[in-house]
Amino acid sequence: MDKILRINMSAKGGPALKEESNAKYPGMGGRALTTAIIAGEVHPMANPLGEENKLVIAPGLLSGSAAAMSGRISIGCKSPLTGGIKEANSGGQAAQVMARLGYAAIVLEGRAPEGELYKVVINKDGVKIDKAPEYKMLPNYDLIEKVKATHGDKVACISIGPAGEMKLGAASIACTDMEFRPTRHAGRGGVGAVMGSKGVKIIILDDAGLENRKPADPEKFREANKVFVEGLRTHAVTGSALPAYGTNVLVNLINEAGGFPTNNFKEGRFAGASSISGETIADIETKRGANPTHGCHRGCVIRCSGTYHDKNGKFLSKQPEYETVWAHGANCGIDDPDKIAMLDFLDDNYGLDTIDMGAAIAVAMDAGLAKFGDGDAAINLIKEVGKGTPLGRIIGSGAATTAKVFGVERAPVVKGQAMPAYDPRAIQGIGVTYATSTQGADHTAGYCITANVLKVGGFVDPLKSEGQVELSRNLQIATAAIDSTGMCLFIAFAILDQPETFQALIDMLNAFYGLSMTADDVAALGKQILTMERDFNKKAGFTALDDRLPRYFYTEKLPPHNALFTVTDEELDSVYNW
Amino acid sequence: MKVKVKLFATLRDGRFSEKEFEIEAGSDVELLLKMFNLKHEDVPIIFINGRHADFDTRIMDNDDIAFFPPIGGG
Ligand code: SF4
Repeated sequence: MDKILRINMSAKGGPALKEESNAKYPGMGGRALTTAIIAGEVHPMANPLGEENKLVIAPGLLSGSAAAMSGRISIGCKSPLTGGIKEANSGGQAAQVMARLGYAAIVLEGRAPEGELYKVVINKDGVKIDKAPEYKMLPNYDLIEKVKATHGDKVACISIGPAGEMKLGAASIACTDMEFRPTRHAGRGGVGAVMGSKGVKIIILDDAGLENRKPADPEKFREANKVFVEGLRTHAVTGSALPAYGTNVLVNLINEAGGFPTNNFKEGRFAGASSISGETIADIETKRGANPTHGCHRGCVIRCSGTYHDKNGKFLSKQPEYETVWAHGANCGIDDPDKIAMLDFLDDNYGLDTIDMGAAIAVAMDAGLAKFGDGDAAINLIKEVGKGTPLGRIIGSGAATTAKVFGVERAPVVKGQAMPAYDPRAIQGIGVTYATSTQGADHTAGYCITANVLKVGGFVDPLKSEGQVELSRNLQIATAAIDSTGMCLFIAFAILDQPETFQALIDMLNAFYGLSMTADDVAALGKQILTMERDFNKKAGFTALDDRLPRYFYTEKLPPHNALFTVTDEELDSVYNW
Repeated sequence: MKVKVKLFATLRDGRFSEKEFEIEAGSDVELLLKMFNLKHEDVPIIFINGRHADFDTRIMDNDDIAFFPPIGGG
């Protein structure tokens, strides 16, 4: 994994390929690498959809090796949604396959002439890029079906749907899973729109004839991986709760905590929570012959994912994640799991971020375009996006744009990106992350739900402001580092509670690369990444005033706790003081 | 006094989802754990009326008590 592939889509006479060593970015993978390339090579004032922006796709440091959980891929660019730097993270097979092909990063540069669409095919013999007019405006599932006919189902694909081709702000990039379905998405920040602006519809990665990447010290590596897996298996969250119920086990818990945003963030509890809970959905899946325990990539031992079947026992979508169940469920007042799964499928198919889409539909409901609770109306709104009607393009541009166009005051966004499934008034720690993250409102950037609600890695009272800044800061640092390893972030539950599991991860990195890093070095890497990202955002025009929640979170009380967000501006401004 | 008890995820296995109970005034969370044969490590997350509670939190009349096993997501 020591090569960087650059594809200049603006080159005269068609796309030009250039392969170089990654000597300029030594020892970097995943988010560290996407951030370093964007911060170092993209003008901070560049138009996100213009020629100057770049789309960087980078597997993590351990991807393509035998390390468990190492199949996460980072996709970075300047975001058309936030106007700042972006790293969107996805599971699926792409990271492992791309790493085995030897690429630390693929960088799409320039911009194809308007109307031209390309496919990139990479295998052990090299890289081929061809015009692909036959793929124009194909939804992801149809696209992958076509690819299957020509390339078989053993390859891994990175693709965009119509939303990406239309360059919409909520457009995602899909990665195929173990069953060769386009179900895993780098969802946030409109990364799909940037891929669309480059004119690349799909990257097909074929690792036939190639082997796993080899560690520098195989013996030590094997041993560390064993301890790591053991730690994940024995921790109650990664070993039993996530496999049994998936992330959606959180519905009942966050609802109980009074922080489950309902009807466009108007209440903290949803009357229909139990009908869409992880317990209920796992039960439906089992009864209909679907699979509630499934990994999104080979090598995942937690397996938080699953499949969801319709009433006739036919595959409808992957098991919708907690964020999706919330976004299209409670936030839109919808309590029907079948409708939510259909919305999940449509989002995946058109290539859309489920969080920003759920938030946009709830805003549209606030504007009177549909009634809260009307699942069919929500489905029709997403279909408008797929068709590319003017209304669909507005919704597909995300919650912030939808609110502006329809004159809705309450847009639950920070830096233009929609808040996920936790109300920051009832769970203040996550509010600190939403406000200050370099990514816009993003829960994964510093997942304070751990100590605020789950009592993992300590306890900080979610309804008070004390301790939240430190909690968010430490988690943001740790997350930036984990996002660079290729590890799924869900390993955090085990490594926050079990020092020996955290040590095993460091041992694995050291054994693989022949290094002698310590926990302090890992924290230093996290800080370095965040500093590059902050710096880019500052040059792109962000100030401290962008690190705030929308005013109504400070003035409108959220039932049932009648909570307000009470972390002060001074406290927010101290998150990056380390 | 009357209280409502809710169990979630694996805690429901062989028990119940939601039930009302008559318990003695002055009881604490510990007493409920004994009633349902639960150990401390089985229920790291306890809410009373939507606020975090502990094993020694005193229960009041009409309280709504929720027990969760170790869970996570995101
Ligand atoms: S735990 Fe879930 S998200 Fe993480 S790698 Fe496994 S299936 Fe994918």
